[in-house]
Amino acid sequence: MSYVPDAGHTSLINLLSNDAEVTCNVLTSEEEGVAIAVGAWLGGMRSVLLLQSSGVGNCINMLSLPVLTRSPLLMLVTMRGEWGEFNPWQVPMGRATQAALEAIGVSVVRAETAVDLIETVEQAATMAYEADQQVAVLIGQRLLGKKTW
Amino acid sequence: MADKAMNRRKAVELLLAEDDDCLVVTGLGSPSYDVHAAGDRDQTYYLWGAMGGAALVGLGLAQARPEKRVMVVTGDGEQLMALGGLATIAVAKPRNLDVIVLDNQHFGETGMQPSHTAQGVDLAKIAETCGFAETATLVSLDAVKGLHERLQQATEGPRLFVLKVKAEALPRSLPPRDPTFIKNRLRAHLGLLPC
Repeated sequence: MSYVPDAGHTSLINLLSNDAEVTCNVLTSEEEGVAIAVGAWLGGMRSVLLLQSSGVGNCINMLSLPVLTRSPLLMLVTMRGEWGEFNPWQVPMGRATQAALEAIGVSVVRAETAVDLIETVEQAATMAYEADQQVAVLIGQRLLGKKTW
Repeated sequence: MADKAMNRRKAVELLLAEDDDCLVVTGLGSPSYDVHAAGDRDQTYYLWGAMGGAALVGLGLAQARPEKRVMVVTGDGEQLMALGGLATIAVAKPRNLDVIVLDNQHFGETGMQPSHTAQGVDLAKIAETCGFAETATLVSLDAVKGLHERLQQATEGPRLFVLKVKAEALPRSLPPRDPTFIKNRLRAHLGLLPC
């Protein structure tokens, strides 16, 4: 698992960081995690990339690597800038997230409720690892709730 | 420095001696050609793009296969695009990952524009400051012979070596360009199914 931290991923980061069977990498920028995921798959290991919607913009050129090599990629993206957002700086990339991912060739699915999220991530993992797809799950800001400030 | 620097093809040949079974990831441009010129091998993954990704593909591979040594062979321009990646690798502390930077101090593929390393940026020092276990800058082929031996020894963490090479455009030695083919070839070498 590789990540640039986001508040919405806190519990998952803690769970995976405390799991001895999981290798965790904290990144300085999200595209590093895309390259790590491809390298891990070359060696036969599954992985997941945790990032915030703003980080999707950092990934675009590096996504050519899993898209072109047809390597499985699972991205869990917490959304900002789309629901009850207080910070205008989050809005442009939040608006561009889905279009940018789809433009480079990554499939996008969304989850808006907690129940929906489990099923959506499960099927996205299947699409990634059984069907060799590059899949991003966008976790809606409505589900994550307003950031306490 | 550039006039005294070594021939990049000879340097890579020394690093990839036939008895060495390490997995290799190459950065786009001349490093891919250099490694291919030394002999096309199933356990080499050549990048033709994804600039800044080579050392991090190497990290993922090293973490997935801790029993194998992974060597990344890249250029100064490619590694400069991933300075943050050096911090990520240092923190991850793989004991089986070596990064070799063939530093000609230029962007060779795009018209030989001088790179940051021509103006004092020192990739070995940056890696050392990040926390790499070993780093050095090598300026002679004799030193590279010694490096080949040194790389066979165990290490407590990642290593990065800068090799100062001549800024020259050598005849291209083109590796396969099909990304899926070279992926599946490397996976098959490791006993993994294609896909």
